[in-house]
Amino acid sequence: MNLRQFREITRYPSAIIGLIIIIFLVGLSIYTVIALPYEEAVNKWRGGDRVWQDNPRGVPPTWVNLFRSKKLPESIIFDTATDETIQKQVTPLDENLTDIVYTFQFDYTADEFPQEIILFFTSTFEKKAPYISLLWKTPDGREINIGDFSIERAYTRRISQDDKLAKELGGPPEVMLFADPNSEERIPLKGTYTLEIAGLAFEPESTFNVKSIIYGKVFGLAGTDHLRRDLVLGLLWGTPVALAFGLLAAVITSLLTMFIAATGTWFGGWVDSLIQRITEINMMLPVLPILIMVGVFYSRSLWVILGVVILLGIFSASIKSYRAMFMQEREAGYIQAAKAYGAGDVRIIFRYLVPRIFPVLIPSLVVLIPSYVFLEASLAVLGLGDPIMPTWGKIINDARVNGALLKGQYYWVLEPSFMLMLTGFSFAMLGFALDRIFNPRLRGM
Amino acid sequence: MNNDTLLRAEDLVLYFKTRRGLVQAVDHVSFELHKNKAVVILGESGCGKTSMAKAILRLLPRNVGEYRGKILLNGQDVMQLSDEEYRTQIRWVKISMVPQAAMNALNPVIRVGEQVAEPAIIHLKKSKEEALEMAREMFQNVGVPVDFLTRYPFELSGGMRQRVAIAMALITKPDLIVLDEPTSALDLLTQANIMNVLKTIKWETGTSYILITHDIATSSELADEVAVMYAGQIIEVNNAESFFAEPLHPYSQKLMASVPKLYGDEEPDFIPGRPPSLLNPPTGCRFADRCHLRFDKCDEEPPTFIVGGHPVKCWLYEQEASQVIPPVSAGEVS
Amino acid sequence: MSVATQPQSVSTQSQDDILVSVQNLHVWFELKKWGFSHVGWVRAVDNVSFDLKRGEAIAIVGESGCGKSSLMKTLLLLNRPHKGRILFEGKDISNLKGKELKAFRSQIGFVQQDPYGALPPFMPVHRILDEPLVINGVTNKKEREERIRAALAEVALTPVDDFLNKYPHMLSGGQQQRVVIARAMILEPKLLVADEPVSMLDASVRVEILRLLRKLQEQHNLSVMYITHDLSTVRFFSERIFVMYAGKLVEQTHIEELLNNPLHPYAKALLTGTSVPDAANAKHLKEVPPGEPPSLVNPPSGCRFHPRCEHFMAGKCEVDEPPYFEPVPGHLVQCWLYEDGRTSYPEPPK
Repeated sequence: MNLRQFREITRYPSAIIGLIIIIFLVGLSIYTVIALPYEEAVNKWRGGDRVWQDNPRGVPPTWVNLFRSKKLPESIIFDTATDETIQKQVTPLDENLTDIVYTFQFDYTADEFPQEIILFFTSTFEKKAPYISLLWKTPDGREINIGDFSIERAYTRRISQDDKLAKELGGPPEVMLFADPNSEERIPLKGTYTLEIAGLAFEPESTFNVKSIIYGKVFGLAGTDHLRRDLVLGLLWGTPVALAFGLLAAVITSLLTMFIAATGTWFGGWVDSLIQRITEINMMLPVLPILIMVGVFYSRSLWVILGVVILLGIFSASIKSYRAMFMQEREAGYIQAAKAYGAGDVRIIFRYLVPRIFPVLIPSLVVLIPSYVFLEASLAVLGLGDPIMPTWGKIINDARVNGALLKGQYYWVLEPSFMLMLTGFSFAMLGFALDRIFNPRLRGM
Repeated sequence: MNNDTLLRAEDLVLYFKTRRGLVQAVDHVSFELHKNKAVVILGESGCGKTSMAKAILRLLPRNVGEYRGKILLNGQDVMQLSDEEYRTQIRWVKISMVPQAAMNALNPVIRVGEQVAEPAIIHLKKSKEEALEMAREMFQNVGVPVDFLTRYPFELSGGMRQRVAIAMALITKPDLIVLDEPTSALDLLTQANIMNVLKTIKWETGTSYILITHDIATSSELADEVAVMYAGQIIEVNNAESFFAEPLHPYSQKLMASVPKLYGDEEPDFIPGRPPSLLNPPTGCRFADRCHLRFDKCDEEPPTFIVGGHPVKCWLYEQEASQVIPPVSAGEVS
Repeated sequence: MSVATQPQSVSTQSQDDILVSVQNLHVWFELKKWGFSHVGWVRAVDNVSFDLKRGEAIAIVGESGCGKSSLMKTLLLLNRPHKGRILFEGKDISNLKGKELKAFRSQIGFVQQDPYGALPPFMPVHRILDEPLVINGVTNKKEREERIRAALAEVALTPVDDFLNKYPHMLSGGQQQRVVIARAMILEPKLLVADEPVSMLDASVRVEILRLLRKLQEQHNLSVMYITHDLSTVRFFSERIFVMYAGKLVEQTHIEELLNNPLHPYAKALLTGTSVPDAANAKHLKEVPPGEPPSLVNPPSGCRFHPRCEHFMAGKCEVDEPPYFEPVPGHLVQCWLYEDGRTSYPEPPK
């Protein structure tokens, strides 16, 4: 087992593809862990509206527009607190009253209506809060007053949920404000729109800021879920979790299985028989139902699940095939020679038997990784995944619980599924190629 | 060549394509086998002798680079036959084989009687009962008790299994049996037994043999003629009496000298170094760098000299030769 | 009339000179049905006794199934004796365990039949030779390196640097066997046990290896146990020869004496069965005793060779096992033919 054999991989294009994908996934994991540290990510994922309020709810990624003839709108956001370029007109009227007007101007080019319109106000005052007046100007010259109200220090105005406005306009505000009056179907009028936010401040020091969000129907690289969370975070963080779980489970299980098989075969007698009986019983235990029980009655923590998975995995059926190989090797000349020059049992197992079988171990280990990844994902889909960490299975679970497929939110299910399939595919390709490289040698020897 | 000649190989070539290049396993080999005689192809590991057996039986792997020459069986050039014709007319019909480690080549899950009967069913189109009857006869010929017909290979000792393999080669009553190291893995007395079996068959049925081996002593039990193979080439052919008494080629001499003897004071010799790789055989005489009688002419490949009616491929015999056959270098068409 | 004797008195020199003394050794393997019910014994080695002096080389000759491998493995304590004992330098080693066992093992070098199988294919040569040193407590790395180099030089695998990093499959059969021998010698053993060390090698290489073994024996005053079925190689460096059949040592003597005056019918058969390159061989059948070596589970009663023996004497040979007779001093044989004092092999009855 040396470099020469690894170079053999280059002969198998499928393996190269698999390897490239794996390297990409590993790179992604490393990037994720560094750029979005765990604590931060977890907090964000649980974040709630505060963190995610700028995102539309449950929308597909922006690139779906490439495949659509009727383009979906992206969110249009104006934030006077951060954006210096927004037109602001301050007109003092007398020593207390000040008129502050913000003008938001934007082009609307989409073929569909936005999801909703929300204005977030923050203001400073001592006794009397500013009074706001909203004016909406359409490209075809109409001017619509869409609200007169007083605000607080932190005030959210949901234009779309303004029933009075809806009655006035004759439909949902986010639709009617953009609808083309001349068309029979409801299609948006494209052109330049202006939103004037005029506020009357009653105190000299009083002022206000507003963030206006016209929510689009697409967002980001991966879309959003029902909690407005950017799915990219979930998909990114799912990668290291999936890989780590799969790798740890596969490696620990495989190594332990091999050592147990070697020990049993070497010592023979009751040790061997005991191990075989344990294995046979274990082979009949159903893994997923047991994990479900553990998850329901005990704990859903990923580490606990990992522990149980390993425990159930070390006495797997592979012990039987390793045992067959070890029994063959046990009588080999070099093993007898090792005994003759005084090698102890432990040394023989670790230094002589195991290295011989290692080449067989590696391909099966590689192919085992995706099965553990899927196992964890299956648990998550069933709702028994780790409650804290964002994982691919969790995303699928959220999608299922929120009826994503019924609502046509296919991206929500397809994206994590794609990541799972990519992982499975890449490891499988690599593993099968490794199998072809390592095993003929072993058989030949 | 006369009516007595059963098989005649002329410039037989078998090269294999490998990742590292062309392995010239059988390099323009010629020899002759007469009816009811045994020719021993004598050579050590790596000389190409097993490939020779494969060449004669056309049991070729997929990576054949070149396969040409003439194999005249009873005057007919069987190289011209198609693979299918060869399979149905020649292999196991006229020429059989007992491969190396034949006893391990028996199918462990089929009874030995059935395995021996199989060639008769396939090639002679016999019914199963008839074939088993023939197998029973074969068992008697090779000295295996007939109640072993229903046994499995693992129930037989090594010697018994080898006899079963011989029976399997015999059942179709071929003209010629090629045996590749038939006794190498067997005990002393078992070896002697097997050689006795082969001798008896030869005397009683008139079968001819090509015996491929590295064991000089055992080969003398059967040999009528000896052809010495080195690095893919035949370097000496002689009849058994002359050869065992006085081998001509330095390699043959050294080989003979390396046989330990039970009696006598001489200590056996050995040949230092290793045979050349068949991948890139050296130009010039292939034995030269291990030869104790090497001289400057040996840098050039020697032709085959006919000395006393027998070929020797060595410059030392240039003077005595009555005939000279120039060497054919690889890549040239003969 | 010769008296039945015990073979322990083959060497009449002082006890100090004796390295290994095997006394009434029985190596029996239990046959169990279903893994626990006793069915019988495989009597691989049955009441074998002999002495081996320091610096002496003996050959044990016999065919497969005669028990010679079991005898050898028992000497290496890879098997435990069922009955009887083995003395090494006067001490009973039959039941050694732990540290003492390890110390004993370091005094015996083991050379096996299959050179490729004897070497771990995943270790390069320097590691193969390092292992015995490390296991036996040579902690100084420099010392180990020196000893490895010296060992390779001694078996003529030079230049040493060329071989240190090679893997077994890169070496020829002869070179592999040299590595095996180097490994056997590296702990400076007192005894070398060689089981068919050349039978898997080409004819032209065998002599090289046998000469090497002889050189090592002479230079290190090694005792050697050379096990083989090929009589013709035995003269090389062995002085005494033991012929083994069906678990018993049927004849023990010096080699020249055996070659010139074989006594046991089986030994005679072995000699007759050995071929010398001679064209005349092809003209007649060789004399071979009929039948095959017996099973060690149910060996024939009385003398185990009797079913195949050309001198079978009904009423005697199948009834009682013959004891050792010493027709010629230093030449022991287990055969009823020599009860009456004859000193050479009789003509076979017509």
